[in-house]
Amino acid sequence: MKNRLKVLRAERDWTQAQLAANLEVSRQTVNAIEKGKFDPSLPLAFKAARLFNLTIEDIFDDGVPDSSGS
Amino acid sequence: MKALKTDSADWAAMTEKNTLILGLWTAAWVLTMAIANFGPRFIWDSNVTLTIVAILVNLAVGLGMILANKRHLKGLDEMHQKIQLEAMALSLGVGLVVGLAYSNLDLTNIITTDAEISHLVILMSLVYAAGVFAGVRKYR
Repeated sequence: MKNRLKVLRAERDWTQAQLAANLEVSRQTVNAIEKGKFDPSLPLAFKAARLFNLTIEDIFDDGVPDSSGS
Repeated sequence: MKALKTDSADWAAMTEKNTLILGLWTAAWVLTMAIANFGPRFIWDSNVTLTIVAILVNLAVGLGMILANKRHLKGLDEMHQKIQLEAMALSLGVGLVVGLAYSNLDLTNIITTDAEISHLVILMSLVYAAGVFAGVRKYR
C-alpha cells in the first residue's frame, strides 16, 4: 500500500525512531511501512492519522479509485 | 497535537525487558533439562525420587518459559509478530512433516539408526531461525 508517511515525517523533521516511539512500534516497522513492504493494521493506521492530525486516507492510498465522486 | 516523544524509551524498554526475561527463563529451562538428563548418571546415582523431582522442576520451568514467550510475543509490534508467526508456522509444518517421515524411515528400518527426538528439535530450531531471518530480510 502506498503512503505519505515518509513525506509527512520529513515535513515535521522527525526521525524514523521518533515516529516509531510515538506509534509504539520498532524503527524497522516504520521503515517497512514507508517502503510499502508492510501494511499497517487499522488501529496502527488510526494512530498514525491522529499523530499527524490527518485522516487515514490522507496518509494511506490503497490504489483503488474513489467511487463516491467526491 | 500531543508532544512528540524524542525516543522510544517506553515501548523499546518493555520489549527489551520481555526479551531478557524470556532469555533467563530459557537458560533456566536448558539448565534444568541438563540436570534432569545428566543428574541420574553423574550426580545422584539414578535415585528415582530425585530424578522425578528433577523432571517435575524441568516441566515447571518449561511452563514459565512458555508464559514468558507468550508475553514476549504479545509485546512485539505487529510486523515482528507477523515475522514470528510465519517462522513458527514454517517450523511447525516442517517439524511435523519431516519428523513423521523420519519416524517412518526408522520404523521401516530403512535407516539403521534410531530416530532421535533431539534431531527433530534441532531441525525445528534451525528452520525457525531461518524463518525469522527470512522475515526480517523480507521487510527490510
